[in-house]
Order: sequence, then C-alpha cells, then structure tokens
Amino acid sequence: MQLPPALHARLAGAPGSAEPLPVERNPAAGTAPFRFAPRLVRFPREHDFFEDGDVQRHLYLQDVLTQVGGAPERPRVPEFTCQVAGCCQAFGALDDYEHHYHALHGNVCSFCERAFPSGRLLDAHILEWHDSLFQILAERQDMYQCLVEGCTEKFRTSRDRKEHLVMRHLYPVDFRFDKPRKSRGPAMPGAAEQVLAETLGDDGVPSEGDAMEVCSEHVEPPPEPAGERRAYSHRIPSTICFGQGASRGFKSTKKRNKHQ
Amino acid sequence: MWSRERGRLKPLRCGVEELRCRRREREAALRKARREQQLVSKRLLRDEALEEAEEGCVAVIFGEAEIQQFLRLAQRGTEEKEREGALVSLRRGLQRPETQQTFIRLEGSIRTLVGLLTSNRALLQLEAARCLHELSHSEQSAVVEACLPATSYLLTYLSGHSSDFIELCLYTLGNLIVESEAVRRQLLPQGIVPALAACIQSPHLTVLEALGYALSQLLQAKEAPEKIIPSVLGSTLPQHMLQLLQPGPKLNLGVAVEFAWCLHYIICSQVNNALLITQGALSTLGLLLLDLAGAVQRTEDAGLELFLLQKQPSLLPEGLWLLNNLTANSPSFCTSLLSLDLIEPLLHLLSVSNVVSVLVLTVLCNVAEKGPAYCQRLWPGPLLSSLLDTLAFSDTEVVGQSLELLQLLFLYQPGAAQAFLQQSGLQALQRHEEVAQLQDRVHALQQIALHG
Repeated sequence: MQLPPALHARLAGAPGSAEPLPVERNPAAGTAPFRFAPRLVRFPREHDFFEDGDVQRHLYLQDVLTQVGGAPERPRVPEFTCQVAGCCQAFGALDDYEHHYHALHGNVCSFCERAFPSGRLLDAHILEWHDSLFQILAERQDMYQCLVEGCTEKFRTSRDRKEHLVMRHLYPVDFRFDKPRKSRGPAMPGAAEQVLAETLGDDGVPSEGDAMEVCSEHVEPPPEPAGERRAYSHRIPSTICFGQGASRGFKSTKKRNKHQ
Repeated sequence: MWSRERGRLKPLRCGVEELRCRRREREAALRKARREQQLVSKRLLRDEALEEAEEGCVAVIFGEAEIQQFLRLAQRGTEEKEREGALVSLRRGLQRPETQQTFIRLEGSIRTLVGLLTSNRALLQLEAARCLHELSHSEQSAVVEACLPATSYLLTYLSGHSSDFIELCLYTLGNLIVESEAVRRQLLPQGIVPALAACIQSPHLTVLEALGYALSQLLQAKEAPEKIIPSVLGSTLPQHMLQLLQPGPKLNLGVAVEFAWCLHYIICSQVNNALLITQGALSTLGLLLLDLAGAVQRTEDAGLELFLLQKQPSLLPEGLWLLNNLTANSPSFCTSLLSLDLIEPLLHLLSVSNVVSVLVLTVLCNVAEKGPAYCQRLWPGPLLSSLLDTLAFSDTEVVGQSLELLQLLFLYQPGAAQAFLQQSGLQALQRHEEVAQLQDRVHALQQIALHG
C-alpha cells in the first residue's frame, strides 16, 4: 500500500490543513432497520482482537521470529591489566574489564576502601560510617535513610531501618549492603584502623553456617596515620568511567577475622 | 530461519519444512495458551559465541556430589581460573532441568550462589548471575521461585554501570516477573519500579532492550491495572519510553519493539491514558508509525518483518481500528482522509479478509454519515463497484456493513441510487433477501432504490 506523500507532511506538522467539510446529518440516517452510528471502539487487553498480535509477540520472545535488534560485536583485544594502583587483574576483552572496574574500583569509599554497587549506597555508607556530624545529628533526629531507591523514609537507628527494609520492602535479613557499624560514636582513628582491617578478604557470605574465607584480590590499603581525619570523600573522577557519570562498583563488608 | 546470537547469525540445522511445521505448532500452542489466559514466554540470554569458545558439548546432568564440588571450588578454590571454571561448569550444567531440580534441593546451594553473586570477584559475579539466569528461565515454578533470595541484589545492581551485568540482571528479573504473582508481590515492595525508572537513563542499547523486556513482563501481569500500572504511570518511565520511541536516526528497533509493547499493555488497561496523551504519546506514536511505514516501502530487509504491513495480516485490523477511532467523531479527520486521497487505497483492502473488510466499510461509513458534503467527495469513483463486489460476499457482517453504507449514500448523494440500479444492484441485493440479519435492510434499500 503506497503512502501518499502529502499524508506524511501533514502529520509531521505541515501547515495548510484544510477546513473540515460542513457536517449536515439527515435524521433518517441510521434509523431502523439500519443501525449505523459512528462509535469509538476500545478493546480490553484480553480481547480476541489482540490474539494475532500477542501470538506474534510471543513468537518473537521465544526467538522463533527474527530479532530486530542486532547485538553488538564483542571485540577481543590483546591482554592488558587493570591500571588501578595495586590491582593486577588481566583481561582479554573490554566488557570483562568494564565489569571488573565497576565491581571493584567503582564507588569506592576513600576512608575504608569498600566498594559499593551504587552511589546511593556509597553515600549512605560514608554518612553513617565516617561522618561525625551525622552521628551527632542522629542523636536528635531520624537520619538513617532507607536504602531502597524511591523510598524517602528515615529512621532513628540503623536497626529501625533494617526492620523497615525487612518488613516493608521484603529485603533479606542479612542484606549485604546494610551492615551496621561495629564501633559507635564519631569516627576515631582507632576505629578507622579496625575498619581497614575488616576490608581484607571476605566475599560477603553471611556469617551463619558458612566459614568461607576468600582472599581479596584487593591489595591491602595503607593504614591511616593516627590522628588524621578526612572530612570529605574522594570519588573516582568521572572522567574514568564506562557510561554515564562516575563509575560504580562494590565490595562486600563482611569481617574477615570473625570466627563462626 | 535464523536464530539470534550475539553479534552473529547462524543457520539452524533443520530443513525449512520442519521449521515451518514447528512454527505452526508453536503458534497453535500460543493461541491455546492465550485463550486459557496462560500466555507466558521468557527470554533466554545465552551467549552462543561464548559457548563455542568453551568448546561446547551437550550439557551433562550433574548429581548432588558434583554440584557440591563445583560450589566448593567456586567458593574456596585458590586459583582464580579454577574458581571461575567450576562456576562455568555449574552454569552449563544448569541448562538441564534435571540438574536444576537437584541444585535447588541441595541445602545451601542458593545461599552460596547469592554469596558468589555479591562477592568481590567480578567474573564470579557474572557467572553466578548467569546461573541464576538459567534457573529463571525454567518452566518449573519451584526452580524459578528458588531465585527469590537474589532479587534484592538484582535490583540493587540495576543502579550500577556494568552494562553486560545489568543486562543479565534485567533479563533474569523479566523471567522471574512473569512466573507468578507471588514473585511480583515480592518485587514490587522491593522497589522494582523506581529501580527501572533509574535504570532507563542508561545510554546502553542492550540495557534498554532488556529493561523494556522486563517492564513489558511486569505490565502484562493480570493484576497490572490495579497494582502496577498506576505506579508506573506515576514514575518517569512513560516519558523515557516515549523518548525511546521517537522516530529518527537514533531509533533502535529492538528497543522500540519492547517499549511499544509496554505502551500497549498500559494503554489497553485504560488506567490513565489522558496522562499519556499530555506527554505526547499520540504524536510520537503517529509519527513513528509513518516513519516505519516509509521505511517498509524502502527496504526489502526480512529482519523488519514485524513492520511489513502487507505481509502481516494482524497489522491491518489494528491500523484500521485506529482509523475508525480517528474518524468516528472527527469531521477534520474525515476531511483529511478525503483530501489526501486515501479512499482508493482503503478500497483495495476490501479483498483481504472479512475482518478487514468490515473495518474498511466502518471507516467509510464514518465518513459518509457526516452528510452530503462528504458523500459528494466519495462519488463517483470506484466506491460503487467495490460495494457491489462486497455484496457478493457471503459473510453477513461484511454485507451488513455494505448495506449501511449504501443507505447513507442513497440518502446523501443524488444519483447514487440510480447508478446502483443501472449496475444491477438489485440483483446483487436479491441473494440476501432470505438472510435473517439482513433481510429488513435489503428490503428497505430495494424500496429506496426503486421509489426514492
């Protein structure tokens, strides 16, 4: 069926749409035994009208029909190593490197070197673990933000927040990215060292039942000099990223030395 | 027939006839499933190029002991390659339903898998995610629902930036979503809608297509109109969807197909279409349709079979349905139809099928009922001979609609009845004189034609 070129131009917004012809109805039109009257037709989703289309859709999903989007090639490149200081992982494909980078060197906390899957979780971590002002404010108001994207609830304690996560959002009780701080109070140098010691090893398996110790591929970060406190956090500069914004990644936070 | 693979097309190893037969069987099964409201399809993302690199052989069925061994190696192996290798073997084994069953029944297996999914080893994460993906694709509910402990993490990772990994998470989520209402009852409070809304801003096409798939599965759910569509409409998802459907050089068909289906499920649920209209849905979709139709004319690529109007009979009814709703109450649309010379092309469609013919005649009635000024523009021309042809049909609905149109023409267009008589119209009417649904109208028309 050939499309008249004028139609395209018209619907694309070309001016000069003609005045509609005058409407003039005769009352005899559509009267018995005739019954035509113009009407808008709406079909509910389960209507038979959509059967053919639905069948096409599902044939497409099941790969019976040709997929219209071609997947991009995965180029392989000569082996190279990760350039982040202390990391010596080697890769043969850019995609593998991309994932490694985001997982390990992405949203990294500069205080304790933990990596997180998203900026939101990193921000929450920094506030709750490394910000002394947060601790002071938390004594008087609800500061612990819900971790679920889109939920704006705040809580007095991290325990209350955990309960909210479990009851309201059906999160697992041992959700890996919601570990409470072990030492209470403002971040002290001693605490920082303890926290750093925790970063070695671990792969996030919950403490109950599994004694799984795994060597971290992360080199042990240098201990913070006593007395020094940083009041800001470094992020990986946004110039180093694959995609939009700053890179993201994570590392679990389970203590390595805890005995089960 | 081609099967999709990452970056390559590879012919399937069967004859064409066998493929056609298989397709017919699949179609019949899908129609039956639809009638029983059991229409469920999942997507499987398997990187066949990757499998070939692994010197693929048919996946063997693993028993408990073997699975435990793989898991132990993956968790505690000393060599990086050894750990990955173990998980890869497990993942390939999980292609078999028997192995899947054994896996989920093994105590601690899912827990361990989730642990690997959330570990700090990027490649283990990826393989663990692939294992979950295989499980999510299962036809056994128990296997699919065993993946539930992983969902909060799958959602968390959607705000990451590793596009391959996110794509995998999305397809897995899409498969889980469509499995049962129980799964959705967990995913909704876990924040799947905001997570998708955040993720749709990704620049990666593979991620977008996967997201569209997952969202379409969510919107297709039975309880979607009450429980899901309102929150989707309240999010930023609709405006991003429409953006991804804008015609132009940036339009990606794979992505567009997914979001077009998303919009279909939203719109025919009738929850709040006014909102979509204010966001420009009508103009976006209208322009897209035109763009695609134009592309169809220019291309011979079989890959666009979804959009070849002539070859996909299912598209004609829908296009004509659209025309009906446009012309029913709108003098301007009817005028446009006339001034853009679309009547003759419409008449050509009258021989396609009964459903299509009824729709074409309905659209023509929409135009004719607006009065003499409109009928004048329908006359003379091929309309009369087309109508005489449709009167030769045996389908009562087609004939009935032709009779309605004739009444309008006789009423509003002087000379129409005369011309009708001269072209043996009465004889054409005669064969329907005894048909119950038609006889009153046939007689009425005979009277009008003879006596004015």
